Amino acid sequence: MGELAVDNHVEYILSVRKRKDSFESLVMEHLTMSGAYWGLTCIDLLGKLDVVDSEEVTEWIMQCQHESGGFAGNIGHDPHVLYTLSAVQVLALLNKLNVLDIDKVSNYVVGLQNEDGSFSGDMWGEIDTRFSYVAICCLSLLHRLDKINVEKAVNYILSCKNVDGGFGCSPGGESHAGQIFCSLAALAITGSLHLVDKDLLGWWLCERQVKSGGLNGRPEKLPDVCYSWWVLSSLTMIDRVHWINKEKLVKFILNCQDKENGGISDRPDDAVDVFHTFFGIAGLALLEYPGLKAVDPAYAMPVDVLNRIFFGK
Amino acid sequence: MDSGEDLRPEEIVPLSQRPEWSDVVPVPQDDGPNPVVPIAYKPEFEETMNYFRAIYLSDERSPRALQLTHLAILVNPGNYTVWHFRRLVLEALNTDLYEELDYVEGIAKKNTKNYQIWHHRRWIAKKLGTDATAKELQFTKKILSLDAKNYNAWSHRQWVLQALGGWEDELDFCGQLLKDDVFNNSAWNQRYFVITRSPLLGGLKVVRESEVKYTVEAILANPENESPWRYLRGLYKGDTQSWINDHLVSFVCLKVLNVKTNHVFALSMLLDLLRHGFQANQEFRDAVDALWISNSEPLETDLAKAVCSVLESLDPMRVNYWTSRKSKLPVSA
Repeated sequence: MGELAVDNHVEYILSVRKRKDSFESLVMEHLTMSGAYWGLTCIDLLGKLDVVDSEEVTEWIMQCQHESGGFAGNIGHDPHVLYTLSAVQVLALLNKLNVLDIDKVSNYVVGLQNEDGSFSGDMWGEIDTRFSYVAICCLSLLHRLDKINVEKAVNYILSCKNVDGGFGCSPGGESHAGQIFCSLAALAITGSLHLVDKDLLGWWLCERQVKSGGLNGRPEKLPDVCYSWWVLSSLTMIDRVHWINKEKLVKFILNCQDKENGGISDRPDDAVDVFHTFFGIAGLALLEYPGLKAVDPAYAMPVDVLNRIFFGK
Repeated sequence: MDSGEDLRPEEIVPLSQRPEWSDVVPVPQDDGPNPVVPIAYKPEFEETMNYFRAIYLSDERSPRALQLTHLAILVNPGNYTVWHFRRLVLEALNTDLYEELDYVEGIAKKNTKNYQIWHHRRWIAKKLGTDATAKELQFTKKILSLDAKNYNAWSHRQWVLQALGGWEDELDFCGQLLKDDVFNNSAWNQRYFVITRSPLLGGLKVVRESEVKYTVEAILANPENESPWRYLRGLYKGDTQSWINDHLVSFVCLKVLNVKTNHVFALSMLLDLLRHGFQANQEFRDAVDALWISNSEPLETDLAKAVCSVLESLDPMRVNYWTSRKSKLPVSA
């Protein structure tokens, strides 16, 4: 196990897109914007963001923006709310939000809210509590939350709450740690966490820790590093992170590192990818692992970046 | 479309060598003048996408465009723009949507967790309306037979039931899946979805008695199974008093405690019952005392506190949770 291989992880993230014949770069082509968010946030949490040329990244991001105001995953693709949030997050990270026409971007997001308060992901109308979170997080970063019907948005999320205290993707959908993160974070950003039964949900969440110390996303599923973020950040938002065994979780994440070539995988000895590398590092940051920047559990961004946005410092 | 379905793009003649594509000028990916990090694409991926970009930009909604979306889906089924354009072409050509359902099935079997595919499926089913009900239930059943916890498949199935109907056999379907694997939380969730939302069953109160019986049996067979315990609690949603008063609920707790193995959830439910005013008799006290292995300290006289103490030693991973539960109990008289 040992320690976090900081330099190797940075090296790994920077090299991913250069690797020839990489299956990852192939299937990730359309969601490069999310890859940029995972990779660059991860590098920032590791304290190495200065190795990134922010001008170049900004230029590329702006080429992914559409007339509608939304952003695509890559140049020449269609816009989607997921990539719009990623674009805003990366620009925030690089302190480049000033290049945006804020109203144009926020109008795109606002237009995705449905009559019942839910959000669609794009013009084709797929609805999911993930998109509620993404829209709310994005508008909050742009200081435009007042442009949607927050009460309806909150009520829709609450309609996806289950008897076990968790949340699903739509009313009646099975509780899932990823959906719980989205729902709780949306409620946190809108100041609505008092509407959650924290003890009931906290118990369901801490039951996700298995013997190896890792966390699963649903009962009887295998542990996975990405859930160390989703479960952990959820427990943090409801002030119950001490209900799990943190030391064991740190060990589990560190065991998922490829110490030689960098990167973190879903489980020990599996192949690494940028997605799990980000969630592993973010999880460790939330567990206050030494040398990492503090991360915000709802925005999934470094706290100093949010301080700059919300408090101007 | 069937012709190309099983062909890998590298097995077929490159588009640049096919006469029917000779009039199209491929458009390469524009990663910008100074790409942050140049992406090393595979050649067949690059060629397919270059042709796709050309057709997409000229907005050509033709049979060959449909064929091209198929090739693009083969190289990357997660590409959202390709699926979107495929729908535009399908609409323009007035294609038989039942054929399209079969097509999606072929792709979906290899990519069961891909959001785009499920979204595309829903788009077709919406257009076909109730004619698609049986087919969609059958399709999700097939996917669930490969992975009984596939979140997208369950989500699609719930949408079908609510939008198109087909509730008749759903409780049996859940029963079958739980027979296959009683630890399948997705199937328990679907069972709850059915009993609370099916227009045919009459609601929670009507089914409660039979469902409690079913759940208690499942618990007794595997007391370590988290799902039926939560389901049992859910059967009394909004009716805590009935939950406390139902002898079957306290019976299942006591019975599991007396077996003396896998009793974390039984203790947890007993704790919840006590906190809500359940009056436990001596049998419960004796059962909890019997689980106390530490001989250095006596168990608390307050039963709820005693239950917490047992849980603290039994479940060290979550010791802080149980300690917190104990600290929130009212001060005993």
